[in-house]
Amino acid sequence: MLEFHKTKPSGTYCTILGTEATRTQSLEYGCIVENKETHEVLHYVEKPETYISTTINCGIYLFSPAIFKPLETIFKKNLEENYNFDLNTPSKEIIRLEQDILIPLAGTSKLFVYDTTRFWSQIKSSGAAIYANRHYLAIFQDTHPERLAKNGKGKPTIIGDVSIDPTADVHPSAVLGPNVTIGKHVTVGEGVRVRESIILEGATLQDHCCILYSVIGWNSSVGVWTRVEGTPNDPNPNKPFAKLATMPTFTNDGKLNPSITVIGSNVQIPSEVVIINSIVLPDKSLSGSYKNQIIL
Amino acid sequence: MKALILVGGYGTRLRPLTLSCAKPLVEFGNKPMLLHQLEALVDLGVKISMSLETEPLGTAGPLALAKDYLMQDNEPFFVLNSDIICDFPFKEMVKFHKHHGKEGTIVVTKVDEPSKYGVVVYDYENGRIQKFVEKPQEYVSNKINAGMYIFNSSILQRIPDPSAKIGNNCRIGPNVTIGPNVVIEDGVCIKRCTILNGAHIRSHSWLDSCIIGWKCVVGRWVRMENVSVLGEDVSVKDELYINGGRILPHKSISDSVPEPQIIM
Repeated sequence: MLEFHKTKPSGTYCTILGTEATRTQSLEYGCIVENKETHEVLHYVEKPETYISTTINCGIYLFSPAIFKPLETIFKKNLEENYNFDLNTPSKEIIRLEQDILIPLAGTSKLFVYDTTRFWSQIKSSGAAIYANRHYLAIFQDTHPERLAKNGKGKPTIIGDVSIDPTADVHPSAVLGPNVTIGKHVTVGEGVRVRESIILEGATLQDHCCILYSVIGWNSSVGVWTRVEGTPNDPNPNKPFAKLATMPTFTNDGKLNPSITVIGSNVQIPSEVVIINSIVLPDKSLSGSYKNQIIL
Repeated sequence: MKALILVGGYGTRLRPLTLSCAKPLVEFGNKPMLLHQLEALVDLGVKISMSLETEPLGTAGPLALAKDYLMQDNEPFFVLNSDIICDFPFKEMVKFHKHHGKEGTIVVTKVDEPSKYGVVVYDYENGRIQKFVEKPQEYVSNKINAGMYIFNSSILQRIPDPSAKIGNNCRIGPNVTIGPNVVIEDGVCIKRCTILNGAHIRSHSWLDSCIIGWKCVVGRWVRMENVSVLGEDVSVKDELYINGGRILPHKSISDSVPEPQIIM
Protein backbone atom coordinates (compact mmCIF):
# COMPACT_ATOMS: atom_id res chain seq x y z
CA MET A 1 0.00 0.00 0.00
CA LEU A 2 2.88 2.33 0.91
CA GLU A 3 4.71 1.58 -2.36
CA PHE A 4 1.50 2.20 -4.31
CA HIS A 5 1.00 5.53 -2.52
CA LYS A 6 4.59 6.64 -3.27
CA THR A 7 4.05 6.16 -7.03
CA LYS A 8 1.17 8.64 -7.01
CA PRO A 9 1.73 12.29 -8.02
CA SER A 10 2.88 14.68 -5.28
CA GLY A 11 -0.07 16.49 -3.77
CA THR A 12 -1.99 13.20 -3.39
CA TYR A 13 -3.79 13.39 -0.07
CA CYS A 14 -4.82 9.83 0.61
CA THR A 15 -4.89 6.15 -0.44
CA ILE A 16 -7.81 4.03 0.76
CA LEU A 17 -7.48 0.26 1.12
CA GLY A 18 -10.28 -1.27 -0.98
CA THR A 19 -11.57 -4.77 -1.56
CA GLU A 20 -14.15 -6.52 -3.64
CA ALA A 21 -17.63 -7.31 -2.24
CA THR A 22 -20.76 -8.87 -3.73
CA ARG A 23 -23.32 -6.50 -5.26
CA THR A 24 -25.76 -7.05 -2.38
CA GLN A 25 -23.27 -6.84 0.44
CA SER A 26 -21.56 -3.72 -1.00
CA LEU A 27 -24.59 -1.68 0.15
CA GLU A 28 -23.51 -2.14 3.78
CA TYR A 29 -20.11 -0.50 3.21
CA GLY A 30 -18.53 2.65 1.80
CA CYS A 31 -18.54 2.19 -1.98
CA ILE A 32 -15.77 3.44 -4.24
CA VAL A 33 -15.94 4.04 -8.02
CA GLU A 34 -12.40 4.07 -9.38
CA ASN A 35 -10.58 4.64 -12.65
CA LYS A 36 -9.49 1.05 -13.31
CA GLU A 37 -6.18 2.17 -14.85
CA THR A 38 -5.03 4.97 -12.53
CA HIS A 39 -6.98 3.81 -9.42
CA GLU A 40 -8.06 7.38 -8.86
CA VAL A 41 -11.26 7.60 -6.80
CA LEU A 42 -13.94 9.02 -9.08
CA HIS A 43 -16.89 8.75 -6.73
CA TYR A 44 -17.44 7.81 -3.08
CA VAL A 45 -20.69 7.06 -1.28
CA GLU A 46 -21.28 5.70 2.20
CA LYS A 47 -23.78 2.76 2.52
CA PRO A 48 -25.82 3.53 -0.63
CA GLU A 49 -29.44 2.43 -1.05
CA THR A 50 -28.81 1.14 -4.55
CA TYR A 51 -25.85 -0.53 -6.17
CA ILE A 52 -22.91 1.74 -7.02
CA SER A 53 -19.75 -0.36 -7.05
CA THR A 54 -18.42 -3.65 -5.70
CA THR A 55 -15.19 -1.96 -4.57
CA ILE A 56 -15.62 -1.19 -0.86
CA ASN A 57 -13.70 0.80 1.75
CA CYS A 58 -11.70 -1.47 4.11
CA GLY A 59 -11.29 1.27 6.75
CA ILE A 60 -7.53 1.53 6.35
CA TYR A 61 -6.10 4.83 5.04
CA LEU A 62 -2.66 6.15 4.18
CA PHE A 63 -2.48 9.97 4.37
CA SER A 64 0.17 12.43 3.20
CA PRO A 65 0.82 15.22 5.73
CA ALA A 66 -0.63 17.60 3.12
CA ILE A 67 -4.07 16.38 4.26
CA PHE A 68 -3.93 18.78 7.23
CA LYS A 69 -4.62 21.74 4.91
CA PRO A 70 -8.05 20.50 3.72
CA LEU A 71 -8.75 19.25 7.27
CA GLU A 72 -8.23 22.76 8.61
CA THR A 73 -10.54 24.23 5.98
CA ILE A 74 -13.28 21.70 6.72
CA PHE A 75 -12.92 22.13 10.47
CA LYS A 76 -13.36 25.90 10.28
CA LYS A 77 -16.27 25.57 7.84
CA ASN A 78 -18.05 23.13 10.19
CA LEU A 79 -17.50 25.49 13.12
CA GLU A 80 -18.97 28.45 11.23
CA GLU A 81 -22.00 26.58 9.99
CA ASN A 82 -22.82 25.23 13.41
CA TYR A 83 -22.00 28.35 15.38
CA ASN A 84 -24.59 29.35 17.91
CA PHE A 85 -24.88 31.57 20.98
CA ASP A 86 -26.46 28.92 23.15
CA LEU A 87 -23.80 27.89 25.66
CA ASN A 88 -25.70 24.76 26.61
CA THR A 89 -25.38 23.17 23.16
CA PRO A 90 -21.75 22.64 22.31
CA SER A 91 -20.68 23.64 18.83
CA LYS A 92 -19.75 20.84 16.48
CA GLU A 93 -15.99 20.48 16.62
CA ILE A 94 -16.03 17.33 14.58
CA ILE A 95 -14.90 16.15 11.18
CA ARG A 96 -16.47 13.09 9.63
CA LEU A 97 -13.87 11.33 7.51
CA GLU A 98 -16.26 9.79 4.98
CA GLN A 99 -18.74 12.64 4.55
CA ASP A 100 -16.42 15.65 5.04
CA ILE A 101 -13.20 14.38 3.47
CA LEU A 102 -13.61 11.38 1.17
CA ILE A 103 -16.80 12.44 -0.60
CA PRO A 104 -15.54 15.97 -1.50
CA LEU A 105 -12.07 14.64 -2.49
CA ALA A 106 -13.51 12.03 -4.90
CA GLY A 107 -12.94 13.09 -8.49
CA THR A 108 -10.20 15.64 -7.60
CA SER A 109 -7.25 13.33 -8.58
CA LYS A 110 -5.99 13.58 -4.99
CA LEU A 111 -7.65 10.41 -3.65
CA PHE A 112 -6.68 6.86 -4.71
CA VAL A 113 -7.72 3.32 -3.91
CA TYR A 114 -5.36 0.37 -3.44
CA ASP A 115 -7.21 -2.89 -4.07
CA THR A 116 -6.44 -6.00 -2.02
CA THR A 117 -7.64 -9.52 -2.74
CA ARG A 118 -6.29 -10.83 0.57
CA PHE A 119 -8.33 -11.80 3.66
CA TRP A 120 -10.38 -8.92 5.00
CA SER A 121 -13.38 -8.89 7.33
CA GLN A 122 -15.21 -6.58 9.64
CA ILE A 123 -15.72 -7.71 13.23
CA LYS A 124 -19.25 -6.59 14.04
CA SER A 125 -20.79 -9.63 15.75
CA SER A 126 -19.57 -12.30 18.13
CA GLY A 127 -19.78 -14.81 15.28
CA ALA A 128 -16.98 -12.92 13.57
CA ALA A 129 -14.59 -13.89 16.38
CA ILE A 130 -14.50 -17.52 15.23
CA TYR A 131 -14.13 -16.43 11.59
CA ALA A 132 -11.29 -14.06 12.47
CA ASN A 133 -9.58 -16.67 14.65
CA ARG A 134 -9.59 -19.09 11.72
CA HIS A 135 -8.04 -16.56 9.34
CA TYR A 136 -5.39 -15.37 11.78
CA LEU A 137 -4.35 -18.98 12.46
CA ALA A 138 -4.11 -19.54 8.69
CA ILE A 139 -1.89 -16.45 8.40
CA PHE A 140 0.38 -17.93 11.12
CA GLN A 141 1.18 -20.81 8.75
CA ASP A 142 3.26 -18.34 6.71
CA THR A 143 4.19 -15.66 9.21
CA HIS A 144 4.65 -17.48 12.55
CA PRO A 145 4.56 -21.27 12.03
CA GLU A 146 6.10 -21.67 15.52
CA ARG A 147 2.85 -20.37 17.06
CA LEU A 148 0.90 -23.37 15.70
CA ALA A 149 0.74 -26.59 17.74
CA LYS A 150 2.14 -29.80 16.30
CA ASN A 151 1.31 -33.43 16.92
CA GLY A 152 3.74 -35.52 18.93
CA LYS A 153 4.12 -38.28 21.46
CA GLY A 154 2.55 -37.43 24.82
CA LYS A 155 0.87 -34.36 23.32
CA PRO A 156 -2.79 -33.71 22.55
CA THR A 157 -4.09 -34.62 19.09
CA ILE A 158 -4.01 -31.56 16.83
CA ILE A 159 -6.21 -31.23 13.74
CA GLY A 160 -5.46 -28.33 11.38
CA ASP A 161 -4.50 -24.92 12.80
CA VAL A 162 -4.36 -24.73 16.60
CA SER A 163 -2.56 -22.24 18.82
CA ILE A 164 -1.85 -23.27 22.42
CA ASP A 165 -0.25 -20.84 24.87
CA PRO A 166 2.83 -22.43 26.51
CA THR A 167 1.36 -21.82 29.99
CA ALA A 168 -1.81 -23.84 29.19
CA ASP A 169 -2.15 -27.32 30.69
CA VAL A 170 -3.66 -29.62 28.06
CA HIS A 171 -4.18 -33.34 28.75
CA PRO A 172 -2.58 -35.55 26.09
CA SER A 173 -5.89 -37.35 25.45
CA ALA A 174 -7.61 -34.09 24.35
CA VAL A 175 -8.39 -33.54 20.66
CA LEU A 176 -8.13 -29.94 19.43
CA GLY A 177 -8.86 -28.31 16.09
CA PRO A 178 -9.25 -27.25 13.49
CA ASN A 179 -9.12 -23.50 14.20
CA VAL A 180 -8.76 -23.47 17.97
CA THR A 181 -6.94 -20.99 20.19
CA ILE A 182 -6.13 -21.98 23.78
CA GLY A 183 -5.15 -18.99 25.94
CA LYS A 184 -2.82 -18.49 28.89
CA HIS A 185 -3.20 -20.71 31.97
CA VAL A 186 -6.13 -22.60 30.44
CA THR A 187 -6.68 -26.14 31.77
CA VAL A 188 -7.96 -28.75 29.32
CA GLY A 189 -8.93 -32.07 30.95
CA GLU A 190 -8.90 -35.67 29.85
CA GLY A 191 -10.72 -36.55 26.62
CA VAL A 192 -11.83 -32.98 25.91
CA ARG A 193 -12.80 -32.04 22.35
CA VAL A 194 -12.52 -28.47 21.06
CA ARG A 195 -13.29 -27.45 17.48
CA GLU A 196 -13.60 -23.96 15.85
CA SER A 197 -13.42 -22.19 19.23
CA ILE A 198 -11.51 -19.70 21.34
CA ILE A 199 -10.71 -20.55 24.96
CA LEU A 200 -9.68 -17.38 26.79
CA GLU A 201 -7.16 -16.99 29.62
CA GLY A 202 -7.66 -18.96 32.82
CA ALA A 203 -10.63 -21.02 31.60
CA THR A 204 -11.03 -24.67 32.67
CA LEU A 205 -12.48 -27.38 30.42
CA GLN A 206 -13.21 -30.43 32.56
CA ASP A 207 -12.93 -34.05 31.42
CA HIS A 208 -14.86 -35.28 28.36
CA CYS A 209 -16.51 -31.91 27.60
CA CYS A 210 -17.08 -30.91 23.97
CA ILE A 211 -16.77 -27.29 22.74
CA LEU A 212 -17.87 -26.46 19.17
CA TYR A 213 -18.09 -22.99 17.54
CA SER A 214 -17.90 -21.15 20.87
CA VAL A 215 -15.92 -18.60 22.83
CA ILE A 216 -15.25 -19.52 26.46
CA GLY A 217 -14.57 -16.40 28.53
CA TRP A 218 -11.76 -15.61 30.94
CA ASN A 219 -11.65 -17.82 34.07
CA SER A 220 -14.86 -19.65 33.15
CA SER A 221 -15.32 -23.33 33.85
CA VAL A 222 -17.11 -26.05 31.85
CA GLY A 223 -18.13 -29.24 33.72
CA VAL A 224 -17.51 -32.87 32.81
CA TRP A 225 -19.38 -34.30 29.78
CA THR A 226 -20.91 -30.90 29.07
CA ARG A 227 -21.52 -29.79 25.49
CA VAL A 228 -21.16 -26.12 24.51
CA GLU A 229 -22.12 -25.57 20.89
CA GLY A 230 -22.75 -22.62 18.58
CA THR A 231 -23.86 -22.23 14.98
CA PRO A 232 -21.32 -20.85 12.52
CA ASN A 233 -22.35 -17.91 10.38
CA ASP A 234 -19.70 -18.07 7.69
CA PRO A 235 -19.89 -16.24 4.35
CA ASN A 236 -21.31 -18.30 1.53
CA PRO A 237 -18.24 -20.13 0.21
CA ASN A 238 -19.83 -20.55 -3.22
CA LYS A 239 -20.12 -16.78 -3.78
CA PRO A 240 -16.91 -15.04 -4.78
CA PHE A 241 -16.05 -12.03 -2.58
CA ALA A 242 -18.86 -12.82 -0.12
CA LYS A 243 -18.23 -11.22 3.29
CA LEU A 244 -19.30 -12.26 6.75
CA ALA A 245 -22.94 -11.17 7.06
CA THR A 246 -23.91 -9.12 10.09
CA MET A 247 -26.93 -10.98 11.38
CA PRO A 248 -29.39 -9.11 13.58
CA THR A 249 -29.43 -10.53 17.13
CA PHE A 250 -33.13 -11.34 16.90
CA THR A 251 -35.37 -12.67 14.13
CA ASN A 252 -38.52 -10.75 13.10
CA ASP A 253 -40.61 -12.84 15.49
CA GLY A 254 -38.34 -11.97 18.42
CA LYS A 255 -36.30 -15.16 18.58
CA LEU A 256 -32.53 -15.23 18.98
CA ASN A 257 -30.81 -15.84 15.65
CA PRO A 258 -28.60 -18.94 15.89
CA SER A 259 -25.02 -17.81 16.33
CA ILE A 260 -21.86 -18.93 17.99
CA THR A 261 -22.13 -19.53 21.74
CA VAL A 262 -20.31 -16.93 23.82
CA ILE A 263 -19.61 -17.55 27.49
CA GLY A 264 -18.64 -14.40 29.41
CA SER A 265 -15.88 -14.20 31.99
CA ASN A 266 -16.00 -16.14 35.26
CA VAL A 267 -19.07 -18.23 34.33
CA GLN A 268 -19.60 -21.68 35.88
CA ILE A 269 -21.23 -24.25 33.59
CA PRO A 270 -22.23 -27.44 35.45
CA SER A 271 -21.47 -31.00 34.40
CA GLU A 272 -23.45 -33.00 31.82
CA VAL A 273 -25.51 -30.09 30.45
CA VAL A 274 -25.85 -28.71 26.93
CA ILE A 275 -25.55 -25.02 26.03
CA ILE A 276 -26.53 -24.29 22.41
CA ASN A 277 -26.56 -20.99 20.46
CA SER A 278 -26.56 -18.98 23.67
CA ILE A 279 -24.88 -15.93 25.10
CA VAL A 280 -24.03 -16.00 28.80
CA LEU A 281 -23.15 -12.77 30.60
CA PRO A 282 -20.22 -12.64 33.03
CA ASP A 283 -20.19 -14.10 36.57
CA LYS A 284 -23.20 -16.39 36.04
CA SER A 285 -23.40 -19.80 37.63
CA LEU A 286 -25.68 -21.85 35.37
CA SER A 287 -27.92 -24.55 36.78
CA GLY A 288 -28.95 -26.53 33.70
CA SER A 289 -29.12 -26.72 29.92
CA TYR A 290 -29.90 -23.70 27.72
CA LYS A 291 -30.78 -23.41 24.02
CA ASN A 292 -31.11 -20.18 21.98
CA GLN A 293 -31.07 -17.91 25.02
CA ILE A 294 -29.31 -14.85 26.32
CA ILE A 295 -28.61 -15.48 29.99
CA LEU A 296 -28.51 -12.11 31.72
CA MET B 1 -9.36 -82.77 46.31
CA LYS B 2 -10.48 -79.17 46.34
CA ALA B 3 -13.60 -77.51 47.72
CA LEU B 4 -15.25 -74.14 47.25
CA ILE B 5 -17.43 -72.75 50.03
CA LEU B 6 -19.79 -70.00 48.89
CA VAL B 7 -19.59 -67.42 51.68
CA GLY B 8 -21.63 -64.29 51.18
CA GLY B 9 -25.12 -62.90 51.14
CA TYR B 10 -26.62 -60.53 53.63
CA GLY B 11 -28.13 -63.13 55.99
CA THR B 12 -31.33 -61.14 56.40
CA ARG B 13 -33.38 -64.12 57.54
CA LEU B 14 -31.06 -64.85 60.45
CA ARG B 15 -31.47 -61.38 61.98
CA PRO B 16 -30.91 -60.21 64.67
CA LEU B 17 -27.87 -62.50 65.04
CA THR B 18 -26.54 -61.52 61.61
CA LEU B 19 -26.68 -57.85 62.57
CA SER B 20 -23.70 -58.59 64.82
CA CYS B 21 -21.95 -61.37 62.97
CA ALA B 22 -21.77 -62.83 59.43
CA LYS B 23 -24.05 -65.84 59.00
CA PRO B 24 -21.33 -68.49 58.47
CA LEU B 25 -19.71 -67.33 61.71
CA VAL B 26 -22.80 -67.86 63.89
CA GLU B 27 -21.92 -70.60 66.36
CA PHE B 28 -23.68 -73.93 66.82
CA GLY B 29 -22.19 -76.33 69.41
CA ASN B 30 -19.63 -73.62 70.16
CA LYS B 31 -18.28 -73.70 66.61
CA PRO B 32 -19.17 -71.41 63.76
CA MET B 33 -21.17 -73.04 60.93
CA LEU B 34 -18.24 -72.55 58.61
CA LEU B 35 -15.88 -74.34 60.95
CA HIS B 36 -18.13 -77.43 61.02
CA GLN B 37 -17.80 -77.57 57.24
CA LEU B 38 -14.08 -76.89 57.19
CA GLU B 39 -13.38 -79.62 59.73
CA ALA B 40 -15.36 -82.13 57.70
CA LEU B 41 -13.38 -81.16 54.59
CA VAL B 42 -10.04 -81.31 56.40
CA ASP B 43 -10.91 -84.83 57.54
CA LEU B 44 -11.21 -85.65 53.84
CA GLY B 45 -7.76 -84.15 53.13
CA VAL B 46 -8.97 -80.94 51.41
CA LYS B 47 -6.63 -77.94 51.47
CA ILE B 48 -7.97 -74.45 52.14
CA SER B 49 -7.39 -71.19 50.32
CA MET B 50 -9.49 -68.06 49.90
CA SER B 51 -10.62 -65.74 47.09
CA LEU B 52 -12.42 -62.46 47.71
CA GLU B 53 -15.20 -60.95 45.62
CA THR B 54 -15.08 -57.18 45.41
CA GLU B 55 -18.78 -57.13 44.48
CA PRO B 56 -21.58 -59.72 44.70
CA LEU B 57 -21.24 -62.04 41.70
CA GLY B 58 -24.26 -64.34 42.18
CA THR B 59 -23.83 -68.01 43.03
CA ALA B 60 -21.82 -69.07 39.95
CA GLY B 61 -19.61 -65.97 39.83
CA PRO B 62 -17.22 -67.17 42.55
CA LEU B 63 -16.59 -70.34 40.53
CA ALA B 64 -15.36 -68.23 37.62
CA LEU B 65 -13.29 -66.16 40.05
CA ALA B 66 -11.57 -69.29 41.41
CA LYS B 67 -11.36 -70.80 37.93
CA ASP B 68 -7.57 -70.82 37.60
CA TYR B 69 -7.17 -72.42 41.00
CA LEU B 70 -9.83 -75.08 40.41
CA MET B 71 -8.43 -75.90 36.93
CA GLN B 72 -4.94 -76.67 38.28
CA ASP B 73 -5.68 -80.38 38.07
CA ASN B 74 -8.46 -82.45 36.51
CA GLU B 75 -9.84 -83.57 39.89
CA PRO B 76 -13.51 -82.99 40.69
CA PHE B 77 -14.15 -80.36 43.40
CA PHE B 78 -16.78 -79.76 46.08
CA VAL B 79 -18.95 -76.68 46.20
CA LEU B 80 -20.79 -75.94 49.45
CA ASN B 81 -23.29 -73.32 50.45
CA SER B 82 -21.93 -71.92 53.72
CA ASP B 83 -25.36 -71.87 55.41
CA ILE B 84 -26.01 -75.62 55.55
CA ILE B 85 -25.48 -77.91 58.47
CA CYS B 86 -25.51 -81.71 58.25
CA ASP B 87 -23.14 -84.62 58.80
CA PHE B 88 -21.46 -83.94 55.42
CA PRO B 89 -21.49 -87.29 53.55
CA PHE B 90 -18.45 -86.31 51.48
CA LYS B 91 -16.98 -89.82 51.05
CA GLU B 92 -20.30 -91.19 49.81
CA MET B 93 -20.64 -88.22 47.43
CA VAL B 94 -17.23 -88.88 45.89
CA LYS B 95 -18.07 -92.57 45.48
CA PHE B 96 -21.42 -91.79 43.86
CA HIS B 97 -19.94 -89.14 41.56
CA LYS B 98 -17.14 -91.41 40.33
CA HIS B 99 -19.63 -94.23 39.79
CA HIS B 100 -21.92 -92.33 37.39
CA GLY B 101 -18.95 -90.64 35.67
CA LYS B 102 -20.87 -87.50 34.61
CA GLU B 103 -20.02 -83.80 35.05
CA GLY B 104 -21.69 -82.98 38.37
CA THR B 105 -23.52 -84.27 41.41
CA ILE B 106 -26.02 -82.39 43.57
CA VAL B 107 -26.94 -83.68 47.02
CA VAL B 108 -30.69 -83.66 47.54
CA THR B 109 -32.62 -84.02 50.76
CA LYS B 110 -36.18 -84.96 51.53
CA VAL B 111 -38.60 -82.32 52.85
CA ASP B 112 -42.18 -82.48 54.11
CA GLU B 113 -43.55 -79.47 52.25
CA PRO B 114 -41.87 -79.34 48.81
CA SER B 115 -44.14 -76.46 47.71
CA LYS B 116 -41.94 -74.12 49.80
CA TYR B 117 -38.72 -74.98 47.93
CA GLY B 118 -37.14 -75.49 44.56
CA VAL B 119 -37.42 -79.23 44.02
CA VAL B 120 -35.33 -81.61 41.92
CA VAL B 121 -37.04 -84.19 39.68
CA TYR B 122 -34.79 -87.15 38.79
CA ASP B 123 -34.74 -90.84 37.74
CA TYR B 124 -34.86 -93.06 40.81
CA GLU B 125 -32.78 -95.80 39.16
CA ASN B 126 -29.68 -93.81 38.22
CA GLY B 127 -30.14 -90.37 39.86
CA ARG B 128 -30.08 -88.45 36.53
CA ILE B 129 -31.74 -85.05 37.00
CA GLN B 130 -34.69 -84.31 34.70
CA LYS B 131 -35.61 -80.82 35.83
CA PHE B 132 -35.73 -78.23 38.58
CA VAL B 133 -39.14 -76.88 39.59
CA GLU B 134 -39.34 -73.76 41.70
CA LYS B 135 -42.04 -73.92 44.46
CA PRO B 136 -44.27 -76.54 42.73
CA GLN B 137 -48.02 -76.09 43.27
CA GLU B 138 -48.67 -79.74 42.20
CA TYR B 139 -46.53 -82.47 43.75
CA VAL B 140 -43.63 -83.47 41.46
CA SER B 141 -40.94 -84.48 43.95
CA ASN B 142 -40.09 -84.13 47.63
CA LYS B 143 -36.33 -83.76 47.13
CA ILE B 144 -34.66 -80.37 47.31
CA ASN B 145 -31.17 -79.03 46.58
CA ALA B 146 -29.19 -79.55 49.79
CA GLY B 147 -26.53 -77.00 48.86
CA MET B 148 -23.69 -79.47 48.34
CA TYR B 149 -22.21 -80.31 44.97
CA ILE B 150 -19.32 -82.09 43.28
CA PHE B 151 -18.29 -80.91 39.84
CA ASN B 152 -15.68 -81.96 37.33
CA SER B 153 -13.37 -79.07 36.46
CA SER B 154 -14.86 -79.12 32.92
CA ILE B 155 -18.00 -77.43 34.37
CA LEU B 156 -16.05 -74.16 34.59
CA GLN B 157 -16.01 -73.89 30.80
CA ARG B 158 -19.82 -73.67 30.90
CA ILE B 159 -19.74 -70.37 32.79
CA PRO B 160 -19.83 -67.72 30.07
CA ASP B 161 -17.22 -64.95 30.19
CA PRO B 162 -18.94 -61.57 30.22
CA SER B 163 -18.78 -60.52 26.56
CA ALA B 164 -19.38 -56.76 26.96
CA LYS B 165 -16.25 -54.62 27.20
CA ILE B 166 -16.13 -51.35 29.11
CA GLY B 167 -13.22 -48.91 28.87
CA ASN B 168 -11.51 -46.81 31.53
CA ASN B 169 -12.91 -43.70 33.23
CA CYS B 170 -16.51 -44.51 32.29
CA ARG B 171 -19.48 -43.66 34.48
CA ILE B 172 -22.28 -46.20 33.97
CA GLY B 173 -25.64 -45.97 35.76
CA PRO B 174 -28.10 -45.64 37.31
CA ASN B 175 -30.51 -48.01 35.54
CA VAL B 176 -28.35 -49.09 32.62
CA THR B 177 -28.47 -52.45 30.87
CA ILE B 178 -25.54 -53.37 28.68
CA GLY B 179 -26.12 -56.31 26.36
CA PRO B 180 -23.74 -59.02 25.19
CA ASN B 181 -20.86 -58.12 22.85
CA VAL B 182 -21.31 -54.41 23.51
CA VAL B 183 -18.14 -52.28 23.41
CA ILE B 184 -18.02 -49.12 25.53
CA GLU B 185 -14.82 -47.14 24.95
CA ASP B 186 -12.98 -44.91 27.46
CA GLY B 187 -14.59 -41.92 29.17
CA VAL B 188 -18.22 -42.68 28.34
CA CYS B 189 -21.11 -41.64 30.62
CA ILE B 190 -24.35 -43.66 30.35
CA LYS B 191 -27.49 -43.14 32.46
CA ARG B 192 -30.95 -44.75 32.22
CA CYS B 193 -30.19 -46.55 28.94
CA THR B 194 -30.43 -49.94 27.29
CA ILE B 195 -27.55 -50.85 25.01
CA LEU B 196 -28.48 -53.86 22.85
CA ASN B 197 -26.32 -56.72 21.58
CA GLY B 198 -23.22 -55.76 19.62
CA ALA B 199 -23.56 -51.97 19.88
CA HIS B 200 -20.39 -49.86 20.04
CA ILE B 201 -20.22 -46.59 22.01
CA ARG B 202 -17.06 -44.60 21.24
CA SER B 203 -14.98 -42.46 23.62
CA HIS B 204 -16.26 -39.48 25.66
CA SER B 205 -19.90 -39.76 24.59
CA TRP B 206 -22.75 -38.98 26.98
CA LEU B 207 -26.06 -40.90 26.86
CA ASP B 208 -29.12 -40.39 29.02
CA SER B 209 -32.52 -42.09 28.60
CA CYS B 210 -31.81 -43.77 25.27
CA ILE B 211 -32.14 -47.17 23.61
CA ILE B 212 -29.21 -48.07 21.40
CA GLY B 213 -30.19 -50.81 18.94
CA TRP B 214 -28.29 -53.91 17.89
CA LYS B 215 -24.93 -53.32 16.17
CA CYS B 216 -25.22 -49.51 16.29
CA VAL B 217 -22.09 -47.36 16.37
CA VAL B 218 -22.25 -44.11 18.35
CA GLY B 219 -19.27 -41.82 17.55
CA ARG B 220 -16.98 -39.90 19.88
CA TRP B 221 -18.25 -36.89 21.88
CA VAL B 222 -21.83 -37.62 20.89
CA ARG B 223 -24.57 -36.41 23.24
CA MET B 224 -27.85 -38.36 23.15
CA GLU B 225 -30.79 -37.71 25.45
CA ASN B 226 -34.56 -37.32 25.83
CA VAL B 227 -35.58 -40.87 24.79
CA SER B 228 -33.56 -41.11 21.63
CA VAL B 229 -33.95 -44.56 20.06
CA LEU B 230 -31.57 -45.98 17.46
CA GLY B 231 -32.84 -48.86 15.32
CA GLU B 232 -30.59 -51.72 14.29
CA ASP B 233 -27.22 -50.92 12.70
CA VAL B 234 -27.50 -47.12 12.89
CA SER B 235 -24.27 -45.14 12.92
CA VAL B 236 -24.01 -41.70 14.53
CA LYS B 237 -20.98 -39.65 13.45
CA ASP B 238 -18.61 -37.94 15.91
CA GLU B 239 -19.57 -34.84 17.92
CA LEU B 240 -23.30 -34.86 17.12
CA TYR B 241 -26.20 -33.98 19.41
CA ILE B 242 -29.30 -36.21 19.26
CA ASN B 243 -32.25 -34.89 21.28
CA GLY B 244 -35.27 -37.22 21.20
CA GLY B 245 -34.39 -38.64 17.79
CA ARG B 246 -36.10 -41.89 16.68
CA ILE B 247 -33.87 -43.28 13.98
CA LEU B 248 -34.86 -46.12 11.69
CA PRO B 249 -32.55 -49.08 11.08
CA HIS B 250 -29.41 -48.91 8.93
CA LYS B 251 -29.27 -45.08 8.82
CA SER B 252 -26.03 -43.16 8.97
CA ILE B 253 -26.52 -39.92 10.88
CA SER B 254 -24.10 -37.11 10.04
CA ASP B 255 -26.06 -34.06 11.27
CA SER B 256 -27.31 -33.25 14.75
CA VAL B 257 -30.98 -33.78 15.62
CA PRO B 258 -31.48 -30.82 18.01
CA GLU B 259 -35.26 -31.25 18.44
CA PRO B 260 -37.26 -34.49 18.80
CA GLN B 261 -38.06 -36.01 15.42
CA ILE B 262 -38.27 -39.28 13.51
CA ILE B 263 -35.52 -39.91 10.96
CA MET B 264 -36.80 -42.29 8.27
